Amino acid sequence: MINLAGRDILHSWQKFVFTGIGLGLLIGVTLTMAGVYRGMVDDARALLTNSGADLWVVQKDTQGPYAESSSLKDDWVRSMLGMPGVMRASNVTYFTMQVKRASQDVRAMVVGGEPLSPGWPSHLLAGRHITRGHYESVADIKTGFSVGDQIQIRRQFYKVVGITQRMVSSGGDPMVFISLKDAQEAQFLKDNDAILNERVRTASNPLFNRPSVPGLLEAIQASQTSSHNVNAVLVQIHPDEQPEQVAQPIRRWKHLEVFTREGMEEILVAKLIATSAKQIGMFLVILAIVSAAIVAFIIYTMTLGKIREIAVLKLIGTRNTTIAWMIMQQALGLGVIGFFVGKVSATFWAPIFPKFVLLETADALSGFGVTMVICALASTLAIRVALQVDPAQAIGG
Amino acid sequence: MKISLNPQKILFLTAGLLILSAIAFVALRSGPLAPVMVTVEKVKEGNFHAELFGIGTVEARRSWMIGPTAAGRVLSVKVDVGERVTKGQLLAEMDPVDLDQRMASLDASLDKAASAQTAASAQQKDAMARLDLATSNMQRNQDLADKNFISPGALEARAQEKISALAMIQVAAANTKSAGQELTRLKAERAALQQQRVNVRLLSPVDGVVTTRDAEAGSTVVAGQPVLRLIDPASLWIKLRIDQGRSAGLVPHLKAQISLRSQAQDRFEGQVERIEILSDSITEERIAMVSFTRSPMGISVGEMAEVTLQLPVSAKAISVPNASLHQQGLTTGVWRMVAGKPVFAAVRTGASSLDGQVQILEGLQADQEIVVYSQKTLNADSHVQVTPSLVKPQTRQSAAP
Repeated sequence: MINLAGRDILHSWQKFVFTGIGLGLLIGVTLTMAGVYRGMVDDARALLTNSGADLWVVQKDTQGPYAESSSLKDDWVRSMLGMPGVMRASNVTYFTMQVKRASQDVRAMVVGGEPLSPGWPSHLLAGRHITRGHYESVADIKTGFSVGDQIQIRRQFYKVVGITQRMVSSGGDPMVFISLKDAQEAQFLKDNDAILNERVRTASNPLFNRPSVPGLLEAIQASQTSSHNVNAVLVQIHPDEQPEQVAQPIRRWKHLEVFTREGMEEILVAKLIATSAKQIGMFLVILAIVSAAIVAFIIYTMTLGKIREIAVLKLIGTRNTTIAWMIMQQALGLGVIGFFVGKVSATFWAPIFPKFVLLETADALSGFGVTMVICALASTLAIRVALQVDPAQAIGG
Repeated sequence: MKISLNPQKILFLTAGLLILSAIAFVALRSGPLAPVMVTVEKVKEGNFHAELFGIGTVEARRSWMIGPTAAGRVLSVKVDVGERVTKGQLLAEMDPVDLDQRMASLDASLDKAASAQTAASAQQKDAMARLDLATSNMQRNQDLADKNFISPGALEARAQEKISALAMIQVAAANTKSAGQELTRLKAERAALQQQRVNVRLLSPVDGVVTTRDAEAGSTVVAGQPVLRLIDPASLWIKLRIDQGRSAGLVPHLKAQISLRSQAQDRFEGQVERIEILSDSITEERIAMVSFTRSPMGISVGEMAEVTLQLPVSAKAISVPNASLHQQGLTTGVWRMVAGKPVFAAVRTGASSLDGQVQILEGLQADQEIVVYSQKTLNADSHVQVTPSLVKPQTRQSAAP
């Protein structure tokens, strides 16, 4: 038996292939859009996973450190280590800033922490972890820095000694890791002009500048420029403990806010990126509808272009099911080509995106299913036209 | 049989092949089939050069605050910041207020006391003369009384005269002594005032350099408040702060390499002079004092310095890059490559060097293969593929101007 669909495709295969590729690019855009959404959610999750923490201890009544600002003293970490169920705890600071690279600047999240403790990247692509207590950094590869580069953060230069990957903030900004002390200084250090202004302001306050108490002014000014604050304490709990059970006494007795992994994910995914995720979700829905419409119209016009041939087929006594199957096969074939072209193109252009684009296999599979269903549904429109063709048209004008 | 290949078919086949290979590429590159790229390295054995790193500020080992010992007003300041001063040089003077007038008053009192002393000694001589007279009168009247020429009453009057004269001598002697004491007291008082007068002149206790000028002529300072500060420029050293967690092996006399912020391209030699017993509990840093072998030119107090301390070379030890260390719960370990699969091996780590090598005390042997870099955090089920490098430094460097 001759495969009518195959014959028809071969007859005008260029038209078929190019239509498929065009459709494929559209599907590629749709898949990429889904990837962008997945990437946003994954950025938020990666932030939590890579920090390696089970609990986030932050300032009371805040939803820090990512969604809101939080500030607590850096000696809380010792109190945390004394709480039941806590295995490891470490201080961490976060601040987002424009980091200078050569003549341009990169948006990055500067993280202060200690190597091999929660919050620090666990894997590197090149270089090493920091060994000096100051002025060394590990940067995410997306910042564009390579080992040996100098990063300027505030007034200090930090040498990049290591490169890591997929360490991003919830907004997808790549991270730069520096030692905690440097970060505390950088976060709260003002520029020199501001410091000088502040000194003069303090000196002109008669309460602080008292002639009968020599040294008072100097002491106050020294205390103004030092900082012992951090944004959060990351806690790892013993494997056989429940996070909520460890969190409860900290909330109750230490008067701090504690988030578990679920709570933090809720804040990040449901609150922090909710609006932008919805925005992209909306776009994705419209794109899917537009794609479906375009597929339907393409198949419809392809069928209309073959009206004479279908009439001839009918004239020679071809069964309706055969004709319907032929159109359906062509539609599905178009869908298959389109899907693969789309998947391949999305995979190729996804890494070029400035932010992370996550193409999930499950998404691709459901995308394939949806494409097939849309193609099948779209072909019914064309089949209906084809079945209504009058065989007389084959010989008519 | 002949296979006819017209250009259309070739084009069709090529397109098909291209799409198939692209699909294969996509399947292998993303999704669950894709392996985690890693780099591996052999565990090295050799001498281990551990170092310590810290930052510090340049400070003067000896500094002086020059100020008055009593509250007062500054009369004049003779030197300015940066001037070298010698021991005993007049640096500043406090207003003596009424000290000079009080000296003049004391001088007059001294003169008066000297006169009083003269008067007292004259009085003493007069009393002596009176005693002589009373003694001879008494003698004469005694003879007359023996011969009953005068009444016993008359003799008693002479005796009383003699006793009075004796008492007068004692009074005069005491007066003389008192006048002498008064003179001594006044002299001591004057000396004290003189001392105070000298004290309002602020003199340099050493050869040094003026670092600050904290008060100007006319300003009032309290006792102990500095008018000037001096340092000994030959005594500059560095107050070095080293993170407690990275300070293992810190002992006196370690060789130091010092890099000053103002002269970042130069390295200066030095050594650890002493280690403070008190470490900073707030910043969790240990404090060590590092002296220069030769003091650099143009150095400023308060300048920041980076110091690298060389620890003694250890005996043969095995070491791994710190990038290969991972933390699983409370265990530190590395991923060993065993038959192409990663296996977590717990290790006990020792000292670490500044170039990122960590000494391994237990858990690994030389020449075992370990994972150094990986694209993702590994776990025991990770499907890995070994590659020479995960980044391309050469192309990046050549791309940069």
